[in-house]
Amino acid sequence: MITLIKLAWRNLWRNKRRTLITVASVFVAVFLALLMRSVQRAMYDTALDNAVRLSTGHLQVHREGYWKDKTINKTMTIKDSTREKIAAIENVAVAAPRLESFALVSSGPQTKGAAVVGTDPEIENRLTNLREKVVEGSYLEPGGALVASGVAEYLKLGVGDTIVLLGQGYHGSTAAGAYPIVGVFEYPMKELNNSMIYLALDDAQYLYAAPRRLTSLTLMLDDGDDLEETREEVVATLGEGYETLPWQEMNRELVQFIRSDNVGGIIMLAILYVVVAFGVFGSIVMMTLERRKEFGVMVAVGLRKGKLATIVFFESIFVTFVGVVAGSVGAIPIFAYFSANPIPLTGEAASAYEAFGFPPAILFSLDPGLFLNQASVTAVIALVAAVYPAFVVMNLQAARAMRA
Amino acid sequence: MNVIETKDLKKVYDESAVAVTAVDGVSLSFEKGEFACLVGPSGCGKTTLLNMIGGLDEPTEGTAIVGDVDLSELSSRELVDFRLRNVGFVFQAYNLIPVFTARENVEFIMHMQGMPEKERKRRAEEVLTAVGLGDRLDARPSELSGGQQQRVAVARALAPKPKFIIADEPTANLDSKSTGALLDMMLEMNREEKITFLFSTHDRRVTERARRLVTLEDGKVAKDERR
Repeated sequence: MITLIKLAWRNLWRNKRRTLITVASVFVAVFLALLMRSVQRAMYDTALDNAVRLSTGHLQVHREGYWKDKTINKTMTIKDSTREKIAAIENVAVAAPRLESFALVSSGPQTKGAAVVGTDPEIENRLTNLREKVVEGSYLEPGGALVASGVAEYLKLGVGDTIVLLGQGYHGSTAAGAYPIVGVFEYPMKELNNSMIYLALDDAQYLYAAPRRLTSLTLMLDDGDDLEETREEVVATLGEGYETLPWQEMNRELVQFIRSDNVGGIIMLAILYVVVAFGVFGSIVMMTLERRKEFGVMVAVGLRKGKLATIVFFESIFVTFVGVVAGSVGAIPIFAYFSANPIPLTGEAASAYEAFGFPPAILFSLDPGLFLNQASVTAVIALVAAVYPAFVVMNLQAARAMRA
Repeated sequence: MNVIETKDLKKVYDESAVAVTAVDGVSLSFEKGEFACLVGPSGCGKTTLLNMIGGLDEPTEGTAIVGDVDLSELSSRELVDFRLRNVGFVFQAYNLIPVFTARENVEFIMHMQGMPEKERKRRAEEVLTAVGLGDRLDARPSELSGGQQQRVAVARALAPKPKFIIADEPTANLDSKSTGALLDMMLEMNREEKITFLFSTHDRRVTERARRLVTLEDGKVAKDERR
């Protein structure tokens, strides 16, 4: 086998120019494919991670029907013992109780609609790392409000100023309260950053006249891949009257957008790979046709056709493998640099990204799966391209080939 | 003792609109250790007859018995193995593997035969030295002259110690000096190893030294003379 591999490798370099052109075409295609997929993957991952980490968590427990009709009247109560049981489930890292609703927030003549999240400050910090996102003042504490920088800017407020919240409370009561701003935080997602205000859970329950009531118990898991199993455990712990939704269901628009965008990416990839396949195939066909006589001689002197087919098979594999390795090796340092230093977007491009919930920057993913996928696809191309010479060899008649 | 025997061997090519009979009912036998030439004008069927005897081409009719084997009874795969174990080929155009060195070219068939590496290296070196290329073992075909390449081709055919050497116009591209050296070498191998040599040629330098001349005309044996 080593001799056959050696022979295949040397055959590859008999026509250096042709081999290099083929390798270059594979290199360019793999590099471009990796570039496209790396940017897409990083964008998707970041958007989903932001959505899960900053907003929905992996799982949320609600009162049944809440997600379809998000009103304060569909809040729930959960016994402390049940919450503790859920928090103790092996894969549950954090179980954050939240009371979320809307309110008009005003300061002087300025008024704005805002999403108010009442939460346990310490548990929330474990869920969203909210403390790290504070850019001014201090972290959330009972009696105060932590305001997103977009809201603070709009209302021209800062730490120490007071905001007034006005909304509808539980069962039609009026929700009204004034809270000093203890800190201003900044989220990477513009939509969240322009609308969010955090209060301590007790303060929010008091504001909305909903003592001990929650809109959700938001769960962050240690391993998101085991989501379904964990969900089943949570459902079993809760009993009737609750709904436990996975993040995919709560971020349906984002997931659907990613799916459709991903299909576009796959179509582009397919076009790229068709071009590569033709390049490799053309090269292999030329290599095969111009060596028919040589193949005839090799079979004549006693080389089995199967072994000859193995040689040309390896040639096909090598020519694509060299291109894949070169493309991947070329891509890794560039992607690593831009992964650490994303290219920021400004203006309309940034707005368009933010409108879809994506961070306004070109990010790069270094997921090894991306590289393995490209290697697998090109390996398939090489295998398909190798069918033709293998077919020629297996149907070769030595005497006729030598007469050619 | 006959080691090659053909009975009413016939080959008709019907690939084009008009069928062409290349070999037409040839019955011949060759004894072990013969040094024989097939001669005749171009298109008289020399190469086709050699190809059928070497198991490269299937006869349309008749049989070729080589050693104790009726080649018509072998499958395509068995024919490849038969050639590997029994027949050495030397072609007009050398047909060496261009990416292998002289030594690797000679080793290749022995390697396919499963000969241990040490033994085949020693044998390749020995035969290449015998054909006067002991100092060009690691040269690739493109670095050798036509005469040297043909000597490598002969070494490749001889090294596995085949029962027969089939040589199709082996000297057609060689100058007089190379032809003389090559023939001397093949005659010596023929004498010492008792290998049967079967040539097709137009070259008088070869026919003058052959011990048997079979003349073909229009695919038939016109004359068969022993010297």
